[in-house]
Amino acid sequence: MSDHVDLHVCPNGPLLIRGAVGVRAPDGTVHRTERPVSAVCRCGKSASLPWCDGTHQSLRTPIDEGERR
Amino acid sequence: MTTVVMTEAGPETGLPRARGELSDAVMRALTGALPWSRLVEVTATDDEDALLTLWIAHELHHRGLPRFADAEWTPELVVVRRRLEGELEQRLRARAEGHQPESATPDALLDFVRQDAGPSLSAYVQRSATREQVLELLWLRSIYHLKEADPTTWTLPRLPGPARAALAELQYDEYGGGRPARLHAELFARGLRACGLDARENAAIDDVPVEVLEMNVTLTMFGLQRRLAAASIGHLVAFEASSSAPSRRMARGLRRLGLPEEIAAYYDEHVEADAVHEQTAARFIAGAMLRADPTVADDLAFGAFTCLDLERRFAASMFRRWGVRP
Repeated sequence: MSDHVDLHVCPNGPLLIRGAVGVRAPDGTVHRTERPVSAVCRCGKSASLPWCDGTHQSLRTPIDEGERR
Repeated sequence: MTTVVMTEAGPETGLPRARGELSDAVMRALTGALPWSRLVEVTATDDEDALLTLWIAHELHHRGLPRFADAEWTPELVVVRRRLEGELEQRLRARAEGHQPESATPDALLDFVRQDAGPSLSAYVQRSATREQVLELLWLRSIYHLKEADPTTWTLPRLPGPARAALAELQYDEYGGGRPARLHAELFARGLRACGLDARENAAIDDVPVEVLEMNVTLTMFGLQRRLAAASIGHLVAFEASSSAPSRRMARGLRRLGLPEEIAAYYDEHVEADAVHEQTAARFIAGAMLRADPTVADDLAFGAFTCLDLERRFAASMFRRWGVRP
């Protein structure tokens, strides 16, 4: 059994991606990362999109609760 | 029997200014002016003296005080170190009792940090700190940032397999992912130099308040003692989870004051890096430790509380120093 994954959705947090990747933003810009693990924003409120900057912490409605409604 | 003849501090020895009888005695022993056997008879003048003594003993395990590297495992020094660490741990546990989080699951630890309402130095830096205050803050923080991530590296071999792999992944990022210029400690050194500050390790030691000594020796004690591996990881989770947003505020404050881009870049890096690290530290490191051994919960919680508590004390001391109400 292995729980090692390359994509990990954090509850009420970002999507973690393992390995160097490029992320294409809606405007077509490709953002590259060379970190061993990167965090892609899921709340849409980050000031460093597409990357997570921890802003989800201060949201009144947690990301995954919002989805359920 | 002890006469305080303050040991010569300064660039030749790298030794700090003594802050009491015990720190003076340990430096005299290091320089050969006091037999090691006499050291164990000396008691600390106060907590500050004890913490500086511990800081000196710890620095021998780090990179500091290279002239005295041979003294690292001197038995009498280890005896004193363990006694001081015992007193420190007792004090930290007393502070945590009744205040540390009751659960240490990844989400409980992250929630605990989120609900922290301590005075915020970064909010003050973003909005209203003066250039002098910010430079002073960077200077005092340099004791840790120039050895950033090092104490936690000692915890690495003590962890169970999955947690060990996850901490190695996190530390690899702290150490620049194989690129020396991206070492977080090096990013900070570059920022300090750009600000015109001395970027040599421990250059600020004589200026730091007791709260900075306590923060640094606590983290090193957590790293050096296998028994405290879970406290080290609890501290790591809280440290990373309380870093992204404050780093963003710091970067804004530095740019507001027109300070060099190099120092703002250090904080920019931490906005993104620590948004990752808070998740991996909580879920893959602390979470894996908890699965392997549920009895670590108490120390994970203790470490997380202690990290926030020491930062709170440091922030309060800086606001007092500046005569500012947070």
